[in-house]
Amino acid sequence: MNRDLQARAPIMDALNEFLTMRVVPFDVPGHKRGKGNRELTDFLGARCLSLDVNSMKPLDNLGHPVSVIRDAEELAADAFGAGHAFFIVNGTTAAVQTMILFAVRRGDKIILPRNVHKSVINALILCGGVPVYVDTHVHDKLHIALGMRTEELKRVIAKNPDARAVLVNNPTYYGICSDLREIVRLAHENGMLALVDEAHGTHLYFGEDLPVCAMAAGADLAAVSMHKSGGSLTQSSFLLCGTGIDPEAVRQTINLTQTTSASYLLLSSLDISRKKLALEGVEIFRHVSEMASYARAEINRIGTYYAYSRELVDGVDICDFDATKLAVATAGTGLSGIEIYDLLRDEYDIQTEFGDTSNVLAYISVGDRRQEIERLVGALSEISRRFRRPAEELPAYPMPRAVVRASPQEAYYAGKVSLPVGDALGRICGEIVMSYPPGIPILAPGEEVTQETIDYIRFAKERGCSLGGTHDPTVANIQVLA
Amino acid sequence: MDLWFSEYHTDNVRLSIRVDKQLYSGQSEFQRIDVFSSPDFGRFLTLDGYMMLTEKDEFIYHEMITHVPLAVHPNVRTVLVIGAGDGGVARELLRYESVERIDLVEIDEQVVSVCKEFFPFAAASLDDPRVHLHFEDGMRFVRTVVDEYDLIIVDSTDPFGPGEGLFTKEFYGNCFKALHEDGIMVNQHESPFYKNDAIAVQRAHKRIVQSFSLSMVYQAHIPTYPSGHWLFGFSTKKYHPLKDFRGAEWKARNLKTRYYNTQLHVGAFALPNYVEDLLKDVEELQ
Repeated sequence: MNRDLQARAPIMDALNEFLTMRVVPFDVPGHKRGKGNRELTDFLGARCLSLDVNSMKPLDNLGHPVSVIRDAEELAADAFGAGHAFFIVNGTTAAVQTMILFAVRRGDKIILPRNVHKSVINALILCGGVPVYVDTHVHDKLHIALGMRTEELKRVIAKNPDARAVLVNNPTYYGICSDLREIVRLAHENGMLALVDEAHGTHLYFGEDLPVCAMAAGADLAAVSMHKSGGSLTQSSFLLCGTGIDPEAVRQTINLTQTTSASYLLLSSLDISRKKLALEGVEIFRHVSEMASYARAEINRIGTYYAYSRELVDGVDICDFDATKLAVATAGTGLSGIEIYDLLRDEYDIQTEFGDTSNVLAYISVGDRRQEIERLVGALSEISRRFRRPAEELPAYPMPRAVVRASPQEAYYAGKVSLPVGDALGRICGEIVMSYPPGIPILAPGEEVTQETIDYIRFAKERGCSLGGTHDPTVANIQVLA
Repeated sequence: MDLWFSEYHTDNVRLSIRVDKQLYSGQSEFQRIDVFSSPDFGRFLTLDGYMMLTEKDEFIYHEMITHVPLAVHPNVRTVLVIGAGDGGVARELLRYESVERIDLVEIDEQVVSVCKEFFPFAAASLDDPRVHLHFEDGMRFVRTVVDEYDLIIVDSTDPFGPGEGLFTKEFYGNCFKALHEDGIMVNQHESPFYKNDAIAVQRAHKRIVQSFSLSMVYQAHIPTYPSGHWLFGFSTKKYHPLKDFRGAEWKARNLKTRYYNTQLHVGAFALPNYVEDLLKDVEELQ
């Protein structure tokens, strides 16, 4: 990475230059630098509205960049150690979907862990690809989905040598990493593309002593949520290409679904955040790691919580752990993670990222200070003092095995009927049934409803998991193929 | 030379004090620290530009935040003081023989060293063997302490900047836990007068009454603080600040004070109607 070049931010510079030109707008957007919508301008700020402009010669065009956006892409690629980097303004969902749409044609197989983001399944609906799942195991105490076992991947590859690609999360929501280098090696050895969902992994590219990132592991494509740990605006993201991929072919796939009115607020936020991470990332993520590590130590001192980290690494289900994540197991308080999530917000004005039956997840980033960490720990300590109940051990319950009977696309577009869950045995599911935890679909479109899945849906309801994704919000009925 | 220190009490109101000279300016890990000398208020200390104490009127604040609870609780032996790196609170506490131990938790060590140099009339107390200094976040200190203190005095800065955590529900709850079963917590409670300060009063009161079953507010007149009208919170597990007031005992101690006296103790809890209304508004939400 060239640090001198990284100090530049071509899109920001072009916008600053553009502002000084005082160009008279007879183009979109129609608010005309905010003058046409005073209430919006007062609310968001005049500067923000003055930068909400359309593609034009001095500002380049995201669909076919030739000047400042291309320069910014090259700088981003250099910063991330990628062959090419694309600015994505439709969310990391768009980056993930592009990876799938690029790699998989109708009828092609793609090998996945079970705990993929729903954008992956949705992309398969769009392109007609067929998922082949590597079983995902669940931690028997923490009840979180674990990494992809290399041995099981080998077995799945051997049975499906015609698969086009392998997709893996790096890390998961909870910070768990698989053996990424080995997974990439296995994919390439068998002529498959290695795709990586790094929605929770931007910092891996810049911090020290963190799990390996996709580009360093030799992956072909990676979707990186810059707006999560990278500090850019919500909905902005990068899609990275390895050196063996033709970027112009990827751009054609991106342009299938990408807006033709890309927001310069989002683009400049990516450009500026890339510059900051390139120049200060080591320091920033050292600080984030220190705060997370301090918070874990203090939370564990309370005695009723378990804030976990690298000690979980076992080389099989967990090959590395992202220690910037602050995930806290709550079973010792007798309270669910959802209850703690609600108490933190309702009683203590603290908003955490996520609560499930057994864990609460606090997102720590470049924007946090020690004071806020003290508040979080103080509130957790108070919750334990005021609301603690006798702890009960939740039984572990293995995830049902997926039986794929039709492609997600076939199932999505097929005629469907709605049946009570108990009556759907043996039918092919027409929709996705998600459960948090463990954040894994119980059923995806095209999968057979088995006795195991029916039992698991009952069990997840009894335990108070959050179920969703279905047409019937109560998940009493599911849609199956007619 | 026409040199003035100004503090904005609102966007449209400011207090200005003519400055003779600036004695110190420094940036600590947490805040900017300045010391000035002035013709009318003597030396004064500001943190991030906000007035903390002046030589002329500091006695009012420090007497009112200490003698009120000491005249109610029959036997204060252990005290936790949060903030108060200037030493004014400790100086008043040390006048009581019953006080055996004062744990003073100040986040900013540089405040203490600056005060020892420029405000020895207050900060000299910090060298007393009964005073134990802890340079750490008050919130962190109190989090791990259970059933330890007769009295907690929260001498915080304003509820923005490094003192923000000391106005939260989790902090007050942690203080409750750190007190003995007959303990008292007294806190700096901001001013009811200007709108933004009044909101801070309400927020603090709302969060305190969620932890303490009895929490009352009393007042003092402090010329250099916004509006001059200042509040303190009196939160208690057992002793009522008026029904359990030991005025005669306190008088028998023969402590010489310049602001506090036993009639004023009772009067200080008689609040203006608009202040009562501010407090009632948030109590009714409970």
